[in-house]
Amino acid sequence: MTPSLIATAHLKGPHIDFAGLSPLIALLGGAVVVLVVGMLGSRWIRAQGVPTLSLAALATALGLTIWQWNAQKSIVSGALRIDDLALVLSVILIAGGACAVVLAWRSAAARDAGHGEFHAMLLSSLGGMSLLVSAQNTVTLFVGLELLSIPLYVLCASELRREHSLESGLKYLIVGSVGSATLLYGLAMIYGATGATDFTAIAGGLGRHGLASDPLTLTGIALCVAGLSFKASVAPFHQWTPDVYEGAPTAVTAFMAVTTKVAALGAFLRLFDVALIAARPSWAPALAVLATITILVGNVGALGQSSLKRMLAYSSVAQAGYMLAGIVVASRLGAQAMIFYLAVYLPMNMAAFAVIVARERETGLGDSIRALSGLGRSRPLLAWPMTISMLALAGIPATAGFIGKFYLIDATVSGGYTWLGVMIVIGSMISLGYYLPVIAAMWMQEAPAGEERPAPAAPLAGSPAPAGALPALAGGSPELDAGATPGEAGDGATAALPVRLQPEVLFVALLGGAATIFFGIIPQPLFDLVHGAGRALGLL
Amino acid sequence: MPPLSILVWLPAACGLLGAIIPAVSSRAGARGGFTGEGSRWSTAGIVALAGSLGALGLAIAYIADYSPSVGGLRDVTDVVWISELGIHYKLGIDGLNVFLVGLTALLFAAAVLAVNLRSDARPPERPGLFYFHFMLAESAVLGAFVAQDLALFVAFFDLMLIPFYFLIGGWGREPARVKATIKLVIYTLVGSLLMLAAAIATGVLASQRGGGHITFVLSTLQALPLGKGSQEWIFLLFAAAFLVKMPAFPLHGWMPDGYRAMPIEVLMVFSGVLAKVGAYGFLRIVLPLYPQAAVHFQTLMLVIALASILYGSILAFTHTDTRLIVGYSSMAQLGFITLGVFSLNPQGAQGALLQMVNHGLVVAPILFIIALLARRAGGSEDLRDMGGIAFRAPVLAALFLIVALATLAMPGSSNFVGEFLILLGVFKAKLVIAIIAFTGVVMASVYALRLFIRAMHNRVGPRVQSREISLRDGLVLAPLVAVILVLAFYPQFALHRSERSVKASVELAYQRSGQGLSIFASQPADVARLQGGFKVIK
Repeated sequence: MTPSLIATAHLKGPHIDFAGLSPLIALLGGAVVVLVVGMLGSRWIRAQGVPTLSLAALATALGLTIWQWNAQKSIVSGALRIDDLALVLSVILIAGGACAVVLAWRSAAARDAGHGEFHAMLLSSLGGMSLLVSAQNTVTLFVGLELLSIPLYVLCASELRREHSLESGLKYLIVGSVGSATLLYGLAMIYGATGATDFTAIAGGLGRHGLASDPLTLTGIALCVAGLSFKASVAPFHQWTPDVYEGAPTAVTAFMAVTTKVAALGAFLRLFDVALIAARPSWAPALAVLATITILVGNVGALGQSSLKRMLAYSSVAQAGYMLAGIVVASRLGAQAMIFYLAVYLPMNMAAFAVIVARERETGLGDSIRALSGLGRSRPLLAWPMTISMLALAGIPATAGFIGKFYLIDATVSGGYTWLGVMIVIGSMISLGYYLPVIAAMWMQEAPAGEERPAPAAPLAGSPAPAGALPALAGGSPELDAGATPGEAGDGATAALPVRLQPEVLFVALLGGAATIFFGIIPQPLFDLVHGAGRALGLL
Repeated sequence: MPPLSILVWLPAACGLLGAIIPAVSSRAGARGGFTGEGSRWSTAGIVALAGSLGALGLAIAYIADYSPSVGGLRDVTDVVWISELGIHYKLGIDGLNVFLVGLTALLFAAAVLAVNLRSDARPPERPGLFYFHFMLAESAVLGAFVAQDLALFVAFFDLMLIPFYFLIGGWGREPARVKATIKLVIYTLVGSLLMLAAAIATGVLASQRGGGHITFVLSTLQALPLGKGSQEWIFLLFAAAFLVKMPAFPLHGWMPDGYRAMPIEVLMVFSGVLAKVGAYGFLRIVLPLYPQAAVHFQTLMLVIALASILYGSILAFTHTDTRLIVGYSSMAQLGFITLGVFSLNPQGAQGALLQMVNHGLVVAPILFIIALLARRAGGSEDLRDMGGIAFRAPVLAALFLIVALATLAMPGSSNFVGEFLILLGVFKAKLVIAIIAFTGVVMASVYALRLFIRAMHNRVGPRVQSREISLRDGLVLAPLVAVILVLAFYPQFALHRSERSVKASVELAYQRSGQGLSIFASQPADVARLQGGFKVIK
């Protein structure tokens, strides 16, 4: 190719395939619309219309994603790859986003941050994620990662009047920025070694010039591992996870727990199993060790936690370790097993988080495990999804978690990493030590006296005098309240329904539980889904 | 015969139905009849009873239909469940499991009846949920017995623990109910998870050797034997899972707490049936799939079995808590069963299989009797608070005596035949171990008679009120005792039907253990020797 040809190509600008981009456009366009509608005066429109519009945007994106099904194309000059892998992961992301929108419907977080802003950030973060999972170029990868992260930092801090929420946002911002910077540095080094930003070109460069064991490449790879590990909360880069998960508003935690993991592991998969596959002998043992450490650290850390969100945070670290095993083996089976696990990871976690949200609003106990005591007797409809979720996360048969773990162990053994499969099993054993007590609390303990009293009304139901009831929920700084209350004082009127009636939260919980059982007994639809995704990677 | 799926899923379906009906009908305001307040019968209980009796009927039909002359699997259901993972939903019945299925159905039916008829104790709270878990457990156990796919077996094996977790934790006895439950479940699930890894490794390695698509169907796996090295570590993982479940000597830490915490009806099936799944797993999976490893670890397994026998027997005659006496005696009995399995010859294995059925048949009534005795001894299950209960309860004493004599393997009982065959098998394999194991037989009579005498005779305990067995309790106990008697008179019924399958199961290991040529080659001589054994008994 002569320089002049390249020049003309640049002048013409890349061809933009709007069909391929349409789900992304729907998400980001939805974010803009939601933001604008959120500025309207009517309280009702802000509290009800905005989430409805968000759901509509998600539904549109979902529809457009399905419209693109079976596409195999690189768009925008190879910046993005629209294939089954990207589409399947997008579907999981959108479903996770929809659950989060529903869980946040009446939350204090959405009210405090302004409904429009909250949902706009949620949608743009989702946009970043769907960009990330289809990224085929290190630049797009980084842009997607930042678009994912920055709204999330804000979302974590969206419960303005709660110190922990602000702390969580700040922590995430600092640690997340370090992670992004590390990744960027790593990507720059890989570019330096191979002279390419495109994944296939990197793969070609590594393979052709024997760069796979070049120190520059290896340093770059190591930094990329570290950067992505921050996002996927892989140990030892996970320290932020428990604090941030615990502090963030629960709906946001649910969103982060599921979708960030999907996006980060999706990016991991594409970067390592496509671009850096030639260097596999160097990174596979290292990743295997990381996976082992992650499994152990996550599971041991979760033992004895009394905060459910903290427990689920450590559990999500452990699950990231299991899924990393699918990347390590770098086979089609491994990729499929990981995607399968990501798909079942969504309902398992959403069910648990929905129950936590419901109990946070019903009791004054927050996310403490005590809020679940005696739930089997008092609220069986909440207790069952939580039970199923815990059993599935522990990998008990007849739940989707069992099949997921089975698939992952199958992949590790087939890929010659039998010991990693045994590590997954050992991790599951340790995990029984914290999943089972949750079930025991629900079914085998009596509810503590006075447990059923409704939560302090102010931050939840938006009573006229929020300042008075504030100390109950870790009182925020007074200035913030003063600033926030005038505009929002009456906003809670719409949310002043009886605290117990939360059909939408219950719906998410039941849906998650039912899906977990359904895919545990009839997993074939999911297998069909991940099959195409595995093919898209072109491994083996 | 109807498909096996009906047998497996009927109990769970009835449990679910029983849990749903009351919830729906009470909401509609339809509360009355015999499900009303103050009545012992609950709708859930009746539906569960119907389900368990239905399963029992089917199980009896399978036993009646099973002809000893036809080998191989019968009534096979084979559907691909998950094609990507090569997991089949394959069920089948043969001589190995047909009697264990019957035992399971019988004990669950007896236990459900016992819960329904509880005379003194209160009926369970939240009956719908209680019966749901109970029946789900029955389905899982039956599924584990009839599964002919390794992955399916593992799934059922893991699944059966979950309902017991709820049953013990939700309806168990204080103190330490929750603690005992978590201990028990973690112990056993840890074993199961090890087994999961081992099972997946078996499937993957076998398919790599065979060069085909991955599969977990047992018959296919058997045709693709693994290398000796893989067999050995896989064997150890399986053995750990099964030995925890039994429990065997060093892995029995959950047993005392678990036995004390369980409601008696739950304990009846737990001790009577669940322990057997482990022993059955050795015959169904370990010996046919990993014969070289079985030979390699034969001595280790025999020593573990021996340790269980001695340790269990000694503790059984030193403890005074009647439940623990039964618990430790079960441990000793399961030691005998392991001994029989790992004699790696057909006599021992047949004895082991017979003994599995026998032990289930005696341990369930003995636990039920303990509950009756405790009610007569002022609620205490301690042997020191009992004594002289036979005074006004001759029928109860007679039933207890039959069960106690069967437990100590009195000549004439089916347990005697079982233990005889086991010892015969071990004698041929390892003489020294057989000689030591004989002391276990002696100790069995010590602890069984001590339990009977100190409870029923001796000085009358301080708070003992001797009463005859009530009709309801008799209704639970009598059928179990009747089956013990039938099997005592005619043990060949079980032996004939299981003979071919047992031989097929131990064949590979037997050949490699250097005890002889193929079993089938030396069949006439062996059969003659077996019958010689029976002549001694008669």
